[in-house]
Amino acid sequence: MSNDPMAEIRASFFVECEELLESLQDALNVMDEGAHDAETINVVFRAVHSIKGGAGAFGLDELVSFSHRFETVMEEVRSGRLDPTPEAIKLFFLTADLLQDIVRATRDGDAAPPGTEAVLAALETLLGEDGLQPEEAIDFAPMALSFDFGVTTAPDDAEREPGWSITFAPEAGLYTSGNEALLILRSLSQLGAATIRCLIPDDLPAPTGENAETPLLSWHVTLRGDVTEGDIRQVFDFVADVCRIEIAPLGHDAGLGGDLSALVVDAQEDATATVLDPAAAPPATDMGQTDGANAEYAADAPAAGRSSRAATAGAQATGANEPAATVRVDLEKIDRLVNLVGELVINQAMLAQSVEKAGIGHQSDVMSGLESFMMLTRDLQESVMMIRAQPVKPLFQRMARIVREASASVGKEVRLRTEGDFTEVDKTVIERLADPLTHMIRNAVDHGLEMPERRRAAGKSPEGLIVLSASHRAGRVLIEIEDDGAGINRPKVRDIAIRKGLIAPDAQLSDSEIDNLLFLPGFSTVSEVSALSGRGVGMDVVRSAITGLGGRITITSAPGRGTRFSISLPLTLAVLDGMVVQAADQTLVVPLSAIIETARLEPGNIHHLSASGEMMRIRSEFVPLFDLGQQLGFRDARHKAQSGIVLLISQEDGRRAALIVDAIMEQRQVVIKGLGQSYGNIPGVAAATILGDGQIALILDPADLVRAGTIPSHSDLKAAV
Amino acid sequence: MTDIIQTRAEKDVELLSFRIGEQEYCVDIMSVREIRGWTRATPLPYSPPHVKGVINLRGTVLPVIDLSVRLGMDPIDGREQNVIIVVSVGGTTAGLLVDAVSDILTVPREEMQPPPEVGLDPSARCIDALLLVDGKLIRVLDLKVLLPNDARDVA
Repeated sequence: MSNDPMAEIRASFFVECEELLESLQDALNVMDEGAHDAETINVVFRAVHSIKGGAGAFGLDELVSFSHRFETVMEEVRSGRLDPTPEAIKLFFLTADLLQDIVRATRDGDAAPPGTEAVLAALETLLGEDGLQPEEAIDFAPMALSFDFGVTTAPDDAEREPGWSITFAPEAGLYTSGNEALLILRSLSQLGAATIRCLIPDDLPAPTGENAETPLLSWHVTLRGDVTEGDIRQVFDFVADVCRIEIAPLGHDAGLGGDLSALVVDAQEDATATVLDPAAAPPATDMGQTDGANAEYAADAPAAGRSSRAATAGAQATGANEPAATVRVDLEKIDRLVNLVGELVINQAMLAQSVEKAGIGHQSDVMSGLESFMMLTRDLQESVMMIRAQPVKPLFQRMARIVREASASVGKEVRLRTEGDFTEVDKTVIERLADPLTHMIRNAVDHGLEMPERRRAAGKSPEGLIVLSASHRAGRVLIEIEDDGAGINRPKVRDIAIRKGLIAPDAQLSDSEIDNLLFLPGFSTVSEVSALSGRGVGMDVVRSAITGLGGRITITSAPGRGTRFSISLPLTLAVLDGMVVQAADQTLVVPLSAIIETARLEPGNIHHLSASGEMMRIRSEFVPLFDLGQQLGFRDARHKAQSGIVLLISQEDGRRAALIVDAIMEQRQVVIKGLGQSYGNIPGVAAATILGDGQIALILDPADLVRAGTIPSHSDLKAAV
Repeated sequence: MTDIIQTRAEKDVELLSFRIGEQEYCVDIMSVREIRGWTRATPLPYSPPHVKGVINLRGTVLPVIDLSVRLGMDPIDGREQNVIIVVSVGGTTAGLLVDAVSDILTVPREEMQPPPEVGLDPSARCIDALLLVDGKLIRVLDLKVLLPNDARDVA
């Protein structure tokens, strides 16, 4: 980015736009669920309105005109003249999507996306006969000064309430001493329902360098509510000597009020230029800068009444849930921090090991000091990781759009329900999840769900449902995509697999094995799928993308009831809690999250299933038994373990397996180091880490390891050897 | 000044020579990052036989190739006197396990002879050129062939 301050402001406008678009989507979703309350509609209106306002300030005409027309329609909805029917809301979604496209195109300097006219035309037919008023010229004269100071303007019926009439006229000293009229007025309005009018003298001079510091404006405030004079005086405590204040109970100064109203600036008076000018009218300008809502006034000058209402609503919202203070930080800086903390963890482990080697007892001060150091490091690491974590919500919103577009193109009615939007996942994971998720959502719409007629025939609602959910489970993130479609057509999948030579024609496959055929490379080809999901990518690409993130994907399907894809991902890509074990003289790390329990292997517990297959009985359950050393090829397959320690591990689908190890060394946190891609994906190995002695240990992916041992058609394995 | 360096660079090549068994090999010194003593490598399951494993190079995971196996000879035992030459070519960094480092040679470029077309021996493809230094034959290795092709090919 350049050093041009304007470019920076522009960039931050686009960041804001993204946030506004997000809240726009949210509100539309709420509306879609049947809530047509004023506040929700307001959120939609405000988001569009703010985008328009900002775009106007940057002279982004295309964006202004589009959002203006969108806004006009929303205004009709807001005023109750247009009923937000489901069809209308669908159109709103479409318009919001387009608005997003236009925002992005404008940001990147690309040409505007096509189809805007069609959507706008459709939108405007909603308005019926009246149609739209011709687009109003957007200029920056703030003609109506109906300021809003963060509270609702008192409703009319409140006029009978007791109240105060306050006149506040700053003197020169007020601004030079660093006080701010806006803040004072805001505090006033927090006391009760305040109506604030700015009094602008008729003979307001043109702004010049000389009068820049001369206060010319004053305010009249009508404050209603249970407020004592003392409360009001308190607001002016710090400025009492640099301004003129008149406080009188309401009703006693009717005459004055009448006089004042004459002074209230109406619209397009000569005062307007002055108000915008930073030099001559410091208070007004400061308001513009401080109060984001005021920027909207500038852009929305023609419809004075409307804009005041919009701003009031905006103020209500910000008042209701005060946004938490946030800082925008370069991702690079965070990553450096993450790396440094990672090094710190390794170093701390090395230190611990050398202290132990030096023969210092466990009761010594050094040891206890080291222990608290360890805890601090851990806390530090967790905090740093938290910075990188982000809610999956934006990702899910993108998927909502994919559903809308995909369902429209195949003529299906689809509703997407998202759950766990606020589940936090590492930023990198979110970014790299977008493509596979898009693909799977398209698949669900295209292949998963049936056409409305077929759904009706099957006794289901014609509207298909896709549920996209995220949750934390056992130290991992579980993302599920579930549709209520027809389920996997297993005979057909089998036929295709046989035809493509992926399985032998006489192969005996269980249902879940057939389902998993979908993940085989070469299963899906362009001729097999429609234009929508068929892009030459199959589910194997989805799977390798997920595996690349240290995740796993499983599929479950029930004929007639739907299909569910479960993606299980690590919370972070930087550290994990692991159990350090030994097998065949190698030190290996097994993620703690995968281990259910550990047990001792007794010869009597081993049961043979076949010549090579063994099972172990744990309590009343039989689980397949694998020798870790053998699975990794470190040990001869003829070696038969008769004793040792087993780790009982779980797979995503709930199946269990037991892994024989020689010894368990310790349980600790390890820093994940990528193995690099030099030798491809090693089955059963997720990554590597550096142990306290500086040696590299491999981090295992036990479920993959076991799968490598169970599924005969494991092509990855062959490819890698 | 710059001219002198350039002409020198064009005329001469600097090579790091090392020994595997009884044979002398060398690589372009510009690809050599550092030379390390032998450290035990962590073996990688399901990897080609010449991949000795991975070692910790100041916090990063470095694959180590047993150059002897890679060139079709017996594996190097991995003793104290063995060294790992860390080389980097085209973004790929790897360690080459060799018996011992011998010398740094500066030879005129024209003295490097192309290897004869020996045909079928796959290890011959790793040899870029041949050199005669003091009556001894030294093989110049082509690191691009030796190192694992990067992720594009494998993954």
